[in-house]
Amino acid sequence: MAEEKHHITSYKTYLLVLSLLIVFTLLSVAITQIELSRWAAAAALLVAGIKSTFVLMIFMHLKYDQRMFRVMVGLIVALVVVVIIITMLDFLFR
Amino acid sequence: MSVVHRDDIGSKLGMWLFIFTEILLFGGLFITYVVYRYLHQEAFHLASQELDVAIGTINTIILLISSATIAMSITAIQQKKKKLTLALIATTILLAIVFLVNKYFEWGAKFEHGIFPGSEYLDQLGFGDVLFFGLYFFMTGLHAFHIIIGIAVLGFMYYYVKTDRLTHDNFQLLENGGLYWHLVDLIWIFLFPLFYLIA
Repeated sequence: MAEEKHHITSYKTYLLVLSLLIVFTLLSVAITQIELSRWAAAAALLVAGIKSTFVLMIFMHLKYDQRMFRVMVGLIVALVVVVIIITMLDFLFR
Repeated sequence: MSVVHRDDIGSKLGMWLFIFTEILLFGGLFITYVVYRYLHQEAFHLASQELDVAIGTINTIILLISSATIAMSITAIQQKKKKLTLALIATTILLAIVFLVNKYFEWGAKFEHGIFPGSEYLDQLGFGDVLFFGLYFFMTGLHAFHIIIGIAVLGFMYYYVKTDRLTHDNFQLLENGGLYWHLVDLIWIFLFPLFYLIA
């Protein structure tokens, strides 16, 4: 019927993404244990951002879903980021 | 002739809208954390060293694997592999329970050291430590609460697949359950560096 064909992600893709996620996790632990002060914090959050993009796109299937879902998720993420930035600006320049 | 009305995209959209409210809920808590961290840098720095990085890393990897297994169950159900689907959902639930057991030991160790909300020991340490551990227990506790709900949700998915209510051409509910589980993983991806790593 009108049912669209559904993209089937292969097990291989999932396992590949999983190993990438584990490598990134260990990487962020390593970076912060060597202590690079402020940069380590930024790097750990950057790695978290990369990891969450993988989870959203592949595990949560956004890459293969209708464009509408990607746009909505993007807007919500942007909203949270903007609120955090505005709050921090308020504290830094008070 | 009976017609069963089904709207898979609408169903998924509803699930995503719920996930957005969850992101905003935890987003608000992250902002609270960032602000207090900025106001009490010294105390947050010292307090976060109390946390066990090893157990945090293990729990992160457990959640990542469980996220992959529930994602793979959706591939399995589309390939009409019912047994594999059930095995993958069961594995996810098992990993979720292991995560909670680790959490139990982690929190237990903190309690033994007299670190829990409202403890005398914590009061002596000062305001910054009270805030750090208050946020730690509340945010990881709220996350653990989501894990418990996730176990219940996935338990229903297991039952539905087993009784053929979810099949290769009707599995949106399993996908929605999977989305919820990935959200739990997603939140932990940010909780882990914020509390355990950035010292």
